[in-house]
Amino acid sequence: MSAPRQHPLANVDWLTVIVYGIMVLFGWMNIYSAAVVDINPSPFDISQEYGKQFMFILISAFLALLVLYMEGEFFNKFAIFIYGTFILLLGLVLIIGTTVNGAKAWIQIGGFALQPAEFAKIGVGLMLAKYISNTKTRFNSWKPRFMAGLIIGLPAVLILLQPDVGSLLTFVAFILALYREGLSGNILIIGLGAVVFGVLSIITGFNRINYPFFGEQSGVFVLMTIVFVIGVIFMFLIRNFIVPRNRRKLYLITFLSTAAAIGFSYSVNFLVDGVLQKHQKTRIYVTLGLEEKEEDREAMLSDAESADAAAVTTKKKDDPGYNARMAKIAVGNGGLIGQGYMKGPMSKNKYVPERWTDFIFSVISEEWGFFGSFAVVALFVFLIVRIINMAERQRSQFSRIYGYCVASIFFLHLLINVGMVIGLAPIIGIPLPFMSYGGSSLMGFTLLLFIFLRLDAERLSVFR
Amino acid sequence: MNQYDGRKITIILIVCVIAIIYVVRLFFLQVVNSTWKEQATALTEEEIPLYPPRGIIYDRTGKMLVTNQTVYNLMVVPKKAGEFDTTSLCKLLRIKKEDIDNLFARARARGEFHRPQLLVEQITPSDYAAMSEQLYKYKGFFAESRTLRVYPQSVGALFLGDVGKISPEEYKKNPYYTKQEYLGKSGIEKAYEQELRGVKGINYAFRDNVGNIKEHAGDKEDMPATPGTDLICTMDADLQVYGEKLMQNKRGCIVAIEPSTGEILAMVSAPTYDPNLLVGRVRGHNFNVLNTDPQKPLFNRATQAQYRPGSIFKLAQSLTALQTGAITPQTRIHCNRGVIGCHGGHSNDDLEMAIVHSCNPYFREVMHRVVEADRDGSSRFKDARLGLEIWQGYIMQFGFGTDVHCDIPGVKTGSVPGVKFYDKWYGKEQWAFSTIYSLSIGEGEMLVTPLQMCNMACVIANKGWYVPPHTVKQIGLGGMPREEYMKRYQLGIDSSHFTTVINAMEKVLQPGGTAWRAAPKDIVVCGKTGTVQNAGGKEDHAVFICFAPKENPKIAVAVYTENAGFGGTWSAPVATLMIEQYLNDSIAESSKAREKTILDANFLDR
Repeated sequence: MSAPRQHPLANVDWLTVIVYGIMVLFGWMNIYSAAVVDINPSPFDISQEYGKQFMFILISAFLALLVLYMEGEFFNKFAIFIYGTFILLLGLVLIIGTTVNGAKAWIQIGGFALQPAEFAKIGVGLMLAKYISNTKTRFNSWKPRFMAGLIIGLPAVLILLQPDVGSLLTFVAFILALYREGLSGNILIIGLGAVVFGVLSIITGFNRINYPFFGEQSGVFVLMTIVFVIGVIFMFLIRNFIVPRNRRKLYLITFLSTAAAIGFSYSVNFLVDGVLQKHQKTRIYVTLGLEEKEEDREAMLSDAESADAAAVTTKKKDDPGYNARMAKIAVGNGGLIGQGYMKGPMSKNKYVPERWTDFIFSVISEEWGFFGSFAVVALFVFLIVRIINMAERQRSQFSRIYGYCVASIFFLHLLINVGMVIGLAPIIGIPLPFMSYGGSSLMGFTLLLFIFLRLDAERLSVFR
Repeated sequence: MNQYDGRKITIILIVCVIAIIYVVRLFFLQVVNSTWKEQATALTEEEIPLYPPRGIIYDRTGKMLVTNQTVYNLMVVPKKAGEFDTTSLCKLLRIKKEDIDNLFARARARGEFHRPQLLVEQITPSDYAAMSEQLYKYKGFFAESRTLRVYPQSVGALFLGDVGKISPEEYKKNPYYTKQEYLGKSGIEKAYEQELRGVKGINYAFRDNVGNIKEHAGDKEDMPATPGTDLICTMDADLQVYGEKLMQNKRGCIVAIEPSTGEILAMVSAPTYDPNLLVGRVRGHNFNVLNTDPQKPLFNRATQAQYRPGSIFKLAQSLTALQTGAITPQTRIHCNRGVIGCHGGHSNDDLEMAIVHSCNPYFREVMHRVVEADRDGSSRFKDARLGLEIWQGYIMQFGFGTDVHCDIPGVKTGSVPGVKFYDKWYGKEQWAFSTIYSLSIGEGEMLVTPLQMCNMACVIANKGWYVPPHTVKQIGLGGMPREEYMKRYQLGIDSSHFTTVINAMEKVLQPGGTAWRAAPKDIVVCGKTGTVQNAGGKEDHAVFICFAPKENPKIAVAVYTENAGFGGTWSAPVATLMIEQYLNDSIAESSKAREKTILDANFLDR
């Protein structure tokens, strides 16, 4: 830090700040629309969600300003300390936390409840950046992989104990940042392959098939047989077309991967059928479109037509597909230009679940239409790509890694939150950054972003 | 710079690919596929029907016959009711505590605890006014207004018809109605249902996820209901009231039609009942009582009872014979009582006197000449087939064997047996005139309705044509009847042939005629009596048809009194009193004795 200290707000990337501002205010507008039912009260009513959100926005703005006025070096130096604090908080919440929706995730401070999990990502991001930049690791040996896994895994395990599967899942995002720093791309490919093969296994396993000799069994055995046959065919191909000296290795690879695929396929089914609870299982089936049969839909429609909302309501409790379906119907009801602000019938009449928190995107989609939902997705893509580009222009590896962590987290939230609303991902309760209602998530994401903006503002004065 | 810098592109690519997948998915959900919108509408929108008031029905002089009254249904949403003072509420509504308990239990069992339940039905406006002062104290209780039919004159139950809840079959046939709707079940209410019901309006409302209904649904504009069209019916209420009075304690019916227009002035089916009995809370109970009454008050004898016509049928026989040339007015036929009986002292009448005396052998021979006219010399069986075909054609032109193109729902056609009928009955060429001669005097297999009898009187009054009988004169005040009721049906019988018949009918009500005692003073009535024999020793049915005045007839009447005796004695006075009432608006002193005899007569137990 030898260069004369410039004004703290110089070099701040204002475009990102503006995008942030648009997202937060647009989110607040839609929280208001989602929460107001009959009359239109003041948006600043502190007893209501939108009033509270306004307060959270003010606090977040203050935090953002505070971060911008701090020195970027602070976050580098105190990364371990910050990480440690959040780990402690995550431990603390397991002891003194309040339980909401089955997860012991909240620390009550006065009238407000903080959710440490929403802040822990900042600590993990900083800590990863610190560890990697210090060791200059390329992830080509087991030790750094293990260390990185530990940094991510420690808070993840604590969150799993709450248990909050949604928040836990966002920690997967860091893999993307690690990939940028040299983690083998095979992990991504194997991951993707596992997802595809897992989905195939669940879909085939969903059906019961009457086999000759064995009677009625899970359909997954068909898939396993196909994999086995492919493996055998490969063995023959290797025997006939490959020079002998290479055969041994290829035999081994083929044998292992075939065995792994069959084992994976079976264990996924075992997991879904035997281990997961019924509602989790159904969520997965719903996402894969296995539960939503045509007659169900017609039955629901005819219920609605016979004005027997009671039937629909009772169904809601028994039918895990209800939330997913209502969210999708709300999105579809938006059309090209939307039903108009404050005029979405599905959200105004309370069909959309968790309207101002996890499902805010369906409210936006219904009231602003395809234009609105496209704009939100586009804004996020713009923000993520912008952060990636900014991360790439850093001289400091610490700043770059942290930037990638920030981008990855936003991306994962976008992927899962929007995905569940439009029926491409299972229903997992995580917020849409900056837009969903919630003090902890807004403050957490604000800090996450503005720490990076602070680091970026100093990019020219930092030596490698 | 290091070897992993290219991975930035990979990561951006992953982000963009996911974003594109999502945007495409959004585009399909929101823009391409419209089923989501339909589902949303089905879920969130409630179309509350607005029921228009039903059209009012007036008589031809402007008296209100059918109108609407507002009543209130007291509803309760059990979930909203919470704790309340049951005792005082029960007192206010005049119900028992168990009624509320049962209703709540039923609602709970059906899973409708949060939906409105019907507690008290059809509270009169005055009762409701008293209740509403207290009702606001009870949460979840509210009133819905409904309209009911009301009949200020209490007459013409079967003529006007009734309104009832739609049946499953009607619901299937008519997409216009909902399952709970009311519609015309009989009479004018049914025939003119489309005009009377008006057009339902729609109030668009929202339904939230637990079934609460909220007014106003977005941008959709509500459709107001169009009130039903008022009707002026053809009935003369005073005449109808008088007819119902005359027919008290009797079984039978009166049909009165204005010959020049086909307008039904009165249609009495006795025994009758007050139409107000079939309205509202008491409808179900009263319907059962009326439906099981052995006198069958719900059976419209004027249009649905099929009787043998008896001697009045000789009029149609005469006209058919004159037109086919089988006889002339001067034809005399010996009253040969060997084959068929007769009454009174006469022996060799011409047509006119044969009608006056109702000479059976005369008309047996008349029909003989019509049916067996040597059209096929080879066999009298073949000849009879040709002749009967021609005869049937003429008879059906009078409206017999048809619905007379009338607008009353459920009219019976009666039957005019023809070649087919007898071929089936006896076998082809197994019958001749001698087999079927009872037809000639209106007995045998011939069946007609009183409405058809009256229509024949109209044909004669008009000398050869009729307008289909109908019940509605104006659709909308100052409007027109339906188009088909402004057309004449012309019979293929020359008007000149009617003179003889009309002259004869005039003599029926003159001294020496079969109905001379029934003739009113100062009005020239042309009529014909009939007495239809009954099997099983029961008293004969008394029949009479007539029209008046002779010149420019204003009214034609058919009266059928079951098991009363001679037509001239029991039905003719009813008909002439009706005529007097209609033409003079009062009953002359000279007719009072006759009126009293009729009013005092009681044939119900016969």
